[in-house]
Amino acid sequence: MPKASAGPEIERLIQLLARLPGLGPRSARRAALHLVKKREQLLGPLADATRAAAERIVTCSVCGNIDTSDPCAICSDQERDPRIIVVVEDVADLWALERAGVLNARYHVLGGVLSPLDGIGPDDLNITGLVGRAAEGGVEEIIIALNATVDGQTTAHYLTDSLRHLPVKITRLAHGVPVGGELDYLDEGTLGAALRSRTAF
Amino acid sequence: MVEGVPVEQAPVGGGFPRARVVRLGLTDFRSYDTLSITTDAPLVALSGDNGAGKTNILEALSLFTPGRGLRRAELGRMLRHGATGFSVFAALDRGGCEPAVNLGVGLQPDPEGGRATRLCRIDGDTVSSPAAFAEYLRLVWLTPDLDALFRGPAGDRRRFLDRLVLAVDSGHGSRVAALERATRSRNRLLEEGARDPRWLDAVEREIAELGIAVAVARAETVTRLAGLIARARNNDSPFPDAGLALEGETDALVVQHPALEAEDVYRERLRNERGRDRAAGRTLFGPQASDLVVRHAPKDIPAGEASTGEQKALLIGLVLAHAGLVRSMTGHAPIVLLDEVAAHLDTARRAALYRLLADIGGQVWMTGADPALFADLPEGSLHLAIAGGTASPRI
Ligand SMILES: [Zn+2]
Repeated sequence: MPKASAGPEIERLIQLLARLPGLGPRSARRAALHLVKKREQLLGPLADATRAAAERIVTCSVCGNIDTSDPCAICSDQERDPRIIVVVEDVADLWALERAGVLNARYHVLGGVLSPLDGIGPDDLNITGLVGRAAEGGVEEIIIALNATVDGQTTAHYLTDSLRHLPVKITRLAHGVPVGGELDYLDEGTLGAALRSRTAF
Repeated sequence: MVEGVPVEQAPVGGGFPRARVVRLGLTDFRSYDTLSITTDAPLVALSGDNGAGKTNILEALSLFTPGRGLRRAELGRMLRHGATGFSVFAALDRGGCEPAVNLGVGLQPDPEGGRATRLCRIDGDTVSSPAAFAEYLRLVWLTPDLDALFRGPAGDRRRFLDRLVLAVDSGHGSRVAALERATRSRNRLLEEGARDPRWLDAVEREIAELGIAVAVARAETVTRLAGLIARARNNDSPFPDAGLALEGETDALVVQHPALEAEDVYRERLRNERGRDRAAGRTLFGPQASDLVVRHAPKDIPAGEASTGEQKALLIGLVLAHAGLVRSMTGHAPIVLLDEVAAHLDTARRAALYRLLADIGGQVWMTGADPALFADLPEGSLHLAIAGGTASPRI
């Protein structure tokens, strides 16, 4: 371990920043320095925003989205079409689809995909919640928007099987999602096209 | 499954966009500190002592396609001693009609000290994977470790075949990798005694879709390659024709049934064989059990029973036929890398090889220890002496 070159408060800030995805120790130092220099404009407001988020953030009990209210803003939005549910792996995918802006539907966040090699099974995912929502009535279509990876597609097969007994149309994203493609990395045009040309499972 | 319509009867040579590496630059790659080769030759011969670094140059070129290159080495192993990153640069001339393009591939160190990453660039822009290079060039290679191909294990022939498929169908690599992951997932579920049969059903559905796609892609390539060999039959060629066939239950399945039906049969078999596969600790049915069966056609014997010299000639003939197939199916006359091939051929056979290579119309990079091997290169070729980390023209 190199010797600390700043006071404990700044070192703590650097250590925490270094745990963020995409930030290593070096860029964490740079970010910390930037924050410290912009104390008024950035560090203070960031601290306030972080505290507010930490106090208020909840997981939506309906769809699994992360927001500051439960049900989340999307689930409470009366303007959204209640007949369509889009199933995604995690919140990042939900955000990607919202950015593409082609759907006015509600979501269901699974919290991962089935992966025997990583020890993730059906009980680790929010599948029961999805089947429950679909069984409540009023839902006509479930769009499975999972990544085109082996695990994503296997999970799609599993969900199709689990929903088969219900009078719900099940569709999936069509063309334009490459094998191994991750939704979060697709541009909005490609995502939009994939959604519009979805096909029945 | 395949990209492009075959242009079987197109004119030889001039009718295809050619890709020629006119400048190759290596930095911190294997034995090279820096190396720059500038050429417009259709054939580049590299001679020098064993260990001088000839094959390293071919390996650098082979990185412009998905996978680990012609030695199948980890990228980290390609670093020059003491370096933390390497780069390979290739300027491609694509004939008169298409603009030239600059390609780069390298291993980039992580400034935070994490894992180094493969970086692929086209004209200065980063692309997500080496599959993107397929738009500009295709590569075909023959290396000495394929010498035992016909006598060795079936797994080597499957890997050889999958490379042949990949050169005409750039999605094949990710398809094979996905099948492998799905199969490992099933093996794991069987081993753990899956509590949820629906989960196993889902994995098997995915395996069946991928497995049939792999088998169909292989069958298409083998059929087209066999057809091309039959049409080009020439009994005077020093490189005998290969008879090709795919042998395996999955291969028979895609011949007997349309793809969707084949998937159903496949799933049924996986379901019925769970007990057997659990006991075996692996999945027995599938394209992972197929073999590429090669025969020495003129003698009508299995390739593995031919003499060592005949096997080498057969393999060269197969690789040349494949290069022709790549050209007719993708529209790219490929860049052909021939490692230590010349030494196996007498003067007449070498001359025949040069003629056949010129007919394909791409660019050839070949190696050999003895400079005398390349004394009879065709006009316009470049012969470089490789020694002490440098390349200098032989006069
Ligand atoms: Zn919600």
